[in-house]
Amino acid sequence: MAEPLLDVQDLQVSFATEDGLVRAVDGVSFTLDRGEVVAIVGESGSGKSVTVMTLMGLTRSPNSRFAGSARLHGGDLVTASEEDLERVRGREIAMIFQDPISSLSPVQRIGAQIAEQIRAHEKVSKAEALDRAAGLMERVGIPRARDRLRAYPHEFSGGMRQRVMIAMALSLSPGVLIADEPTTALDVTIQAQILKEIKQLSREMNSGVIFVTHDLGVVADVADRVLVMYSGRLVEQGTVDEIFYDPQHPYTWGLMGSVTRVDRDPPRRLPAIPGQPPSLLRVPQGCHFRPRCPHAFDPCRQVPSLESRLPASPDHLDRCWLDPADKRTKREIGGRIGLAEGDVIK
Amino acid sequence: MNDDSQVQAGPEAGSQPLLLQAEHVQLYFPIKYGVLVDRTVGVVHAVDDVSLSLPEGQTLGIVGESGCGKSTLARCMVRLLEPTGGTMRFRGRDITHLGRRPLQPFRREVQLVFQDPSSSLNPRKRVGQIVGTPLQLQGVGRDAARARVRELLDRVGLNPEHVNRFPHEFSGGQRQRIGVARALAVNPKLIVLDEPVSALDVSVQAQVINLLDDLQDDLGLSYVFIAHDLSVVRHVSDQIAVMYLGKLMELSPSAELYRKPIHPYTQALLSAIPIPDPQENRARERQVIAGEPPNPISPPSGCRFHTRCPWATKVCSEVEPPLAEYPGGHLAACHHPRNVSPAEISAAARSPLSPLSSGQLMPGGEQASASGPEESSESQVTARTGGAVDAPDEEP
Repeated sequence: MAEPLLDVQDLQVSFATEDGLVRAVDGVSFTLDRGEVVAIVGESGSGKSVTVMTLMGLTRSPNSRFAGSARLHGGDLVTASEEDLERVRGREIAMIFQDPISSLSPVQRIGAQIAEQIRAHEKVSKAEALDRAAGLMERVGIPRARDRLRAYPHEFSGGMRQRVMIAMALSLSPGVLIADEPTTALDVTIQAQILKEIKQLSREMNSGVIFVTHDLGVVADVADRVLVMYSGRLVEQGTVDEIFYDPQHPYTWGLMGSVTRVDRDPPRRLPAIPGQPPSLLRVPQGCHFRPRCPHAFDPCRQVPSLESRLPASPDHLDRCWLDPADKRTKREIGGRIGLAEGDVIK
Repeated sequence: MNDDSQVQAGPEAGSQPLLLQAEHVQLYFPIKYGVLVDRTVGVVHAVDDVSLSLPEGQTLGIVGESGCGKSTLARCMVRLLEPTGGTMRFRGRDITHLGRRPLQPFRREVQLVFQDPSSSLNPRKRVGQIVGTPLQLQGVGRDAARARVRELLDRVGLNPEHVNRFPHEFSGGQRQRIGVARALAVNPKLIVLDEPVSALDVSVQAQVINLLDDLQDDLGLSYVFIAHDLSVVRHVSDQIAVMYLGKLMELSPSAELYRKPIHPYTQALLSAIPIPDPQENRARERQVIAGEPPNPISPPSGCRFHTRCPWATKVCSEVEPPLAEYPGGHLAACHHPRNVSPAEISAAARSPLSPLSSGQLMPGGEQASASGPEESSESQVTARTGGAVDAPDEEP
């Protein structure tokens, strides 16, 4: 196997707060290849955004602590100096944020904002950079791009602003593109357009994409591989088909069960996940999901390692002590996958 | 939470008296311009001649993209806004232009839950105060109010011990429960839910949807449920209204709408939602409609969707289609309806809910719909991506 484009090993991120140390990311490892889309799924507070922001060096602060590595083209993003990061950001790894209106400067023209990024990395004239900005805007589907270079962000709709963000992220053809909930704030029709755009452009540039989302529909649509995060840890990882058709972790079942589907008659009741994610200041002992898991039993007091428990699929990893054969019956609820309602340890 | 799945309150439309009726409701926001005298230079056609009704104990879902007027319509329903035309009725009584005082008894019966629980709850007030304020306004005594607040918190699945906490001490889902508890405080008959779960995580969404479901069964509530996403409304609605640029495009019993969406816009909305099933998702032909909704200040002539519609013909830009009645109580305003047989088209009658400005021309009156491919797949929605319509790049 060739070396992966991005290799994250045992990444740990914690923040010192007044109330104690918050372990936001606790030992996350994964790889990303060129042309591949890896989705990170999880609830708010699961650490998915902190993971990708750390890759961009955006979580650095006097209060944050890091361990582990994230290798990209021989360098390590976790330990890289600020100058090295500046060189890498935009050129080798770029990010699209959830909320384009707060990621764009409201007082600078769109064209200038895209051109600025190009000129920060390459020695080109202003006119040339603007010209390239117009080309990029056209490529991401902004009509009459040349006339719009002089527009301000408030003159654009939400979908158009997100296209500008994509144009910016792609301006230097980065190898790794991180999309952090890029369509959550958009209408479904616009979401469909944007997803299509991201898929197509990343394929054209042969980039690797890390797609952070909580929407399993979006995951099914864009991802090749899926990482499921819960309370700072990866609880399951595998190909998109493995995760959707043979999910191993009860938390994944819970996510699947609580999704509303437009193509199926609704069940009488949605099997929800009981309770809430634990506070990262007081994580439960053993498996983090134990307090919400109706299938929890004695071994769950020990943290299960992330490993393959299915002989047939060595790359499908999970963190659950249950017997794989047992899981098949336990996750079945009225013909679909879900988390059984049951007694939950308080 | 208790699961009394046996108690399924599913009254059929028609058997229940109408709680809320909108008759040709219209709301235009004037655009003012000028230094000394405000001249009205134009209007935003936020809600344009929408008629629909909600039987007691049922849920009406309203869906559409941002800017389609769904929230404005909801605000007309609860009379936070006064319609500029048409009539709003609550239990048959005209409430369109009632003043503050005559509206008071109505306010008790109709409550609103907002999308973003963190901005709709006062951050400086304790939960007990937030939920108790409606009671206080009603003149409920302090002790009685305190007891009622605890009962309400318990009812929505929050710990009654938490009455003295502030909103920021709760998670998003819990905050939305506080919003629901506040709405329930005055024992309303109707709750208008404006995107109540859009800001929540999926697992929490399911909890809140289940809670709303339980409350409806136990308290006999009626809901108007606004969403931009057809998959969530499917779970809660008896009837669904699809809006586009201030107009009603399709109105149908919920199951019927998903089985055979008639309006191309509804099809597009359905097709835009990715299905959480990789193989089905890959197999499905997705129709991605291009462009964005046009400017509601100067909406397109004829059918408002014609600028983005893959099936649009000349007539669509000239004549506003009336709402045609198809079998199963299914109404759609389209000259080229999908998923209906030629017999059903010729049998279709003009609905009295049709906009007053709509033409007399019924679908099939112009021989055009035969040009499209024949298809009416059952649960799956497919549609050929027609001649790509260019984005109506009308940016204000």
